[in-house]
Amino acid sequence: METEILQAVVSGLLLGLIYSLVAVGLTLIWGVMDIVNFAHGDFLMLGMYTSYVLYTSLGIDPLLSIPVAGGFLFVVGVVTYRMIIRRIMHAPMLVQIFTTFGMMIFLRYVIFFFFKPDYRSIGNTVLSGNVKFLGVYVGIPETVAALGAFLTTGVIYWIINHTKIGGAITATSENRVAAQLMGIDPDRIFSLSWGIGGAAAGIAGALLSNFFYIFPEVGGVFGLTAFVVVCFGGFGNIHGAFIAGLIVGLIESLGGYIAPPEYKHLFVYSLFIFLLWLRPRGLLGVT
Amino acid sequence: MKRSFLVVFFMVLFAAAAAKAETLKIGAIYPLTGPAATTGKELADAVKLAQEIINNRHDFNLPLAKDEGLPNLKGAKIEVIVADHQGKPDVGLAEAERLITEENVVALIGCYYSSVTKTASLAAERHQKPFLNPESTAASLTERGFKWFFRTTPNDDTFSENFFQFLDELNKKMENKVKKVAIFHENTDFGKGVKDTETKYAKQYGFELAATISYSANSSSLDSEVQKIKNSGAEVVLPASYVSDSILFMKTIKKFNYAPSMILAMDAGFISGEFGKSLGADGNYILSREVWALDLAKKKPMVAEINKLYKERFGKDMNGNSARTFTGLLTIADAINRAGSTEPDAIRKTLVGYSIPGDQLIMPWAGIQFNEKQQNELGRGIVVQLVDGAYSTVWPFDLASREIVHPFVPWDKR
Repeated sequence: METEILQAVVSGLLLGLIYSLVAVGLTLIWGVMDIVNFAHGDFLMLGMYTSYVLYTSLGIDPLLSIPVAGGFLFVVGVVTYRMIIRRIMHAPMLVQIFTTFGMMIFLRYVIFFFFKPDYRSIGNTVLSGNVKFLGVYVGIPETVAALGAFLTTGVIYWIINHTKIGGAITATSENRVAAQLMGIDPDRIFSLSWGIGGAAAGIAGALLSNFFYIFPEVGGVFGLTAFVVVCFGGFGNIHGAFIAGLIVGLIESLGGYIAPPEYKHLFVYSLFIFLLWLRPRGLLGVT
Repeated sequence: MKRSFLVVFFMVLFAAAAAKAETLKIGAIYPLTGPAATTGKELADAVKLAQEIINNRHDFNLPLAKDEGLPNLKGAKIEVIVADHQGKPDVGLAEAERLITEENVVALIGCYYSSVTKTASLAAERHQKPFLNPESTAASLTERGFKWFFRTTPNDDTFSENFFQFLDELNKKMENKVKKVAIFHENTDFGKGVKDTETKYAKQYGFELAATISYSANSSSLDSEVQKIKNSGAEVVLPASYVSDSILFMKTIKKFNYAPSMILAMDAGFISGEFGKSLGADGNYILSREVWALDLAKKKPMVAEINKLYKERFGKDMNGNSARTFTGLLTIADAINRAGSTEPDAIRKTLVGYSIPGDQLIMPWAGIQFNEKQQNELGRGIVVQLVDGAYSTVWPFDLASREIVHPFVPWDKR
């Protein structure tokens, strides 16, 4: 009995950490620019394909391709901002929504075109197998992914709160005009936020590729949850997204343990709606 | 000069028309375009091959193969008119109408999609033309009480029953007996339908249903689901899953070091090409139901011979769909021949009393014979097992091409 609960808690926390990392990138862009990136889950998908390609063509282990996927998605984020987002910054919100939504479709179908609608998976990696710990089975790739997600989230948190650049990002998100008056170039800050946001998704993708299937539409599986986590934690709040990711993962897992698993999302979304009713700006959102 | 040319021209035309009178038309409605276009082409090719075998002399133990055309109709040839339903029920209905009223077909076959078969057969029912369905499996199609609708393929209900017949026979044969089953199904129409029939037959065959777990196919984790199945103590897990979830399921049971005695899947994800490709050796030893397999040739050499003709003409192997369509056209043509008439009533009467043994088919069936619902009652599925990238028939035991590996090999003993 206890081991089963413990198993559910461990599974939930490991999954929650991944949710957190995906959500952190999303919330960063959202907080700084007030733009919702619907293609965020697909950035993650690109991260997965990056490590897939490196693995199949050069035999590089997904563990080593994490920095490559992060770097590549950083560039994708920056390019997306410079080529597309900058032009619609002041457009009506509906235009912004449709633009990132269109980007999502575009990315998916580009990958469909080049990689065909096949499910893929990376086998025989450095990380594989499982360990039994206190009667609980833990997958090694899942554990490493969760640790990686935790570290990456920590690094992003540190950059935002303890570096000069981070200060500039925070300043821009709080008051763009005032920040500009202080000599901060908002254009650079926006680029950087998209870069960091993209990199977070890319790293999450590379971490996931160790144990999750790879498919052009896999972004949808994590994208929706990321939105919930971001709202849950408070828009633009990195700290909040981190905690909310863990909560969502835990509730999903424990809910599936207590009730029939088909209702596990019911718990997550019920709590979500209840929370929004109590605190419309999210758990740690400023009211 | 000009006049004589005209005379010759009309003579040729009349001759052609006269020759034409000796052919009889059968309509076939398949998805030649749209999302299932690849399958549609395979089915149309199967129709072409069956037509060729009927119209020409071949040395196969198949109905009508040894004669040219239909001997009881003075050697009349058949001409199959293939129409495209694009995967759309309304188009299927319109094409069925057109084939009956404009092309004057004697009978119809089709339509692969259960949804289209449902509408197209309405037209046949209204115009009182025999409609033979070779490959749609929705159980409801033969529950409508239609007078003109016949189905040769076993349906989803039969396939579920096959699982328990298989388990029953296995228990008699093997040391390792199984009694407790768990159903693990995705929560849309497909999975729910499978759950309903499997629940029914589990009870009927005296198996204990230890757990029924429903889940969403695009879940990011199946940890709690697998945990529940593991705790239920089920010996046989019966999944009804699509591709991504079948892969995730296998990865999750491996992560939890969970190996039930048997994984017996309702096709779909578990027999998709990607399942084996993306899991590699981790996909080994799962069992799935299938409708047909090339390795049936080991016990039925004719399967390989027909497949060879098909491959020569169309460049790829036959599969469960094309094999069933092929069999469907032979059946309807054989019934017309036995009726010795193109009168709808005569053909229908022949179909009602129709019977052909399994050795005259390329299917793993005991034969074709219609019950009171006009469903072939001698059809059955097969069970295949995945070992090192290849699916081999392991049940029915008399058609097996390899010995079943049972129980499922635990993860640490691989």
